[in-house]
Amino acid sequence: MAGYLIGFLVLAAGLAALTSMQRARRSRDAAADKAHSRPIYHGLNAAIWTGVPAFVFLIVWLMGQNSIINSLVLASFPGADALSGAEKSLLISEIRQVAAGNIFKEPTPEILAAVDHLKSLQSIAVWMMVAVVAAAASIGAFFGYRVIESRFRARHSVERSVTWFMMFSSLVAILTTGGIVASLLYEALQFFARVPVTEFLFGLRWEPQIALRPDQVAGLGAFGMVPVLFGTFAISALAMAVSVPVGILSAVYLTEYAGERFRAVVKPLLEILAGIPTVVYGFFAVLTVAPIVRSLGLSLGLEAAPNSALAAGGVMGVMLIPFISSLSDDAFAAVPRAMRDGSYALGATKGETIRKVLLPAALPGIVGGVLLALSRAVGETMIVVMAAGLIARMTVNPFEAVTTVTVQIVTLLIGDSEFDNPKTLAAFALGLVLFLITLGLNLIALRTVRKYREKY
Amino acid sequence: MNMLTDAAVEQKLHSTSNEAAIKMRGKDVTVHYNGKQALFGVNLDVPEQQVTALIGPSGCGKSTFLRSLNRMNDTIEGCRVGGEITLDGDDVYDPRIDVVELRARVGMVFQKPNPFPKSIYENVAYGPRIHGIARNKSELDQIVESSLEKAALWSEVKDRLNEPGTGLSGGQQQRLCIARAIAVSPEVILMDEPCSALDPIATAKVEELIDELRENYTIVIVTHSMQQAARVSQRTAMFHLGYLVEEGATDKMFTNPDDKRTQDYITGRFG
Repeated sequence: MAGYLIGFLVLAAGLAALTSMQRARRSRDAAADKAHSRPIYHGLNAAIWTGVPAFVFLIVWLMGQNSIINSLVLASFPGADALSGAEKSLLISEIRQVAAGNIFKEPTPEILAAVDHLKSLQSIAVWMMVAVVAAAASIGAFFGYRVIESRFRARHSVERSVTWFMMFSSLVAILTTGGIVASLLYEALQFFARVPVTEFLFGLRWEPQIALRPDQVAGLGAFGMVPVLFGTFAISALAMAVSVPVGILSAVYLTEYAGERFRAVVKPLLEILAGIPTVVYGFFAVLTVAPIVRSLGLSLGLEAAPNSALAAGGVMGVMLIPFISSLSDDAFAAVPRAMRDGSYALGATKGETIRKVLLPAALPGIVGGVLLALSRAVGETMIVVMAAGLIARMTVNPFEAVTTVTVQIVTLLIGDSEFDNPKTLAAFALGLVLFLITLGLNLIALRTVRKYREKY
Repeated sequence: MNMLTDAAVEQKLHSTSNEAAIKMRGKDVTVHYNGKQALFGVNLDVPEQQVTALIGPSGCGKSTFLRSLNRMNDTIEGCRVGGEITLDGDDVYDPRIDVVELRARVGMVFQKPNPFPKSIYENVAYGPRIHGIARNKSELDQIVESSLEKAALWSEVKDRLNEPGTGLSGGQQQRLCIARAIAVSPEVILMDEPCSALDPIATAKVEELIDELRENYTIVIVTHSMQQAARVSQRTAMFHLGYLVEEGATDKMFTNPDDKRTQDYITGRFG
């Protein structure tokens, strides 16, 4: 029904716009002095008056309808006052299931009566909704049509509405972020009510697999995030060790040495690399790179796990190459030609010019790019879920398996989970830590990039 | 064009009447940009320890000629230079010539001041460092000081050598760039409209500097200002549409040019 209503609103707004434009043209032709706004603005204004308030009514109605109907049904259900909150929601969902025709067991007469009540309320609600929305649309159309005269500043009115709409759009992203942070904080606080903050932040053991039910056999649990964080940084460091030199050197080659034709081929190829889904990188890491790395480690006489930090970090590094390369490329390209000319005119070679003039001038941009890449490495999930290990271990041997914050979040939340259990809640605390780290890295990166923009 | 005092004209006549040695010589120089010809058979001699001004309307090829003197055109893709350009009799486009060494001998100052985003000291020390001219720190200090001194900038910056060169005023930046060019002790300094981005006071300072530099260096300057060409140069070459129209002693060019186009241009009738 709501879909039809929205269609009806669009139609009504269009109609209002057309008739208002006609009226605006007539009043313009009749007026002695110059009209303030062109007819199209009068039309748009009427359309906004017709459509927008009615649409807002519709949305509010749809959001409120169910809870009002639920409370009305419960109020008339015999003995419902005595039930607790959880039992009430169970009862309501049973009534709704029956109303929808999904009958699992023979319903009691009370339930059947409640179903009838629910159905009648719902049909009333639908017709009331139609009536309210239609009324809002007609009142809006009436006002929008009546205000039209040659001196009415329809253009200002339309522009103000558009400004409001733009402001609303920009707020959506901010509000969503705020919501995410708030929910993360709420769940993390729940976790810290069960596990002390100091244990979480400084504990050296991470064994979250505790019993969910009294009859299960499991460990007692330890929630020290240090080894997990260590794993994240170990893999990120390996990824950076691959991507930073390769990315910067490829950018130097592409901007300073490569010929037009080579660049035309290689740059799009690098962008393809950036477009590979991370899950495909994950396959690659697990099936191709990990066995090679393992045999390499064994041949070096080191302990080597099938899931090594080196395989995950190395593949992640390859994933980040185009990222760093293209940001460094931009940084080099932003160095004015006059800098190169100045250096060449002093008899500097290409290498000297790159080392002593281009690199220092482009450095802030490159550092910004590297930090952005690092924050991606820290937050990267798919590759490490597939290719890194599960056991939190602090080891400097890159051939051994480590686990990361993202991997732990995934493993804590899949499978049976209860949301009043430290095991599950730990995921939110880890998420909060991850969020703070990437936020900090992004802030630093943006600041360095901005500083560099002011340079020339 | 009557801005020169009689004494100055007298002095200029005197200086140009001495037959100077030829430092650089262009013979039949042609330049193509991606197949489009920009210079047509230019023959021009640059006498030693004099200022040669290249004048002419925009797009006439004077900057192109200037940039081919120290092979800065090499950095432009699709640029091809023909004919012969010699420095002390050696062809600068000879494959055996090291372009790095050539540019150390033939320095360049650009239209827009382009100090590196480094300190004032590092800007001047850049050239000596890459060429290994100074044997130790005190020698380098010496070179930096004397270069800034010669560029008439030392007294203004001696207390802030570690501040960024980009923080100086436009005129100071241009003199810093001149100091930077001097620091590698070139024999020839090419200047591509060095004053076009400067105000009149800074311009006067740079012009004064050019006049002093003539004692030790051979200078070729591209300029759009007739007054500037008359004030600073001993010889003038007039370019038009890629051709060298005429060249000669500056005071003759400005008082009694042979070619009608030169006369029209310097009196402001076209260009």
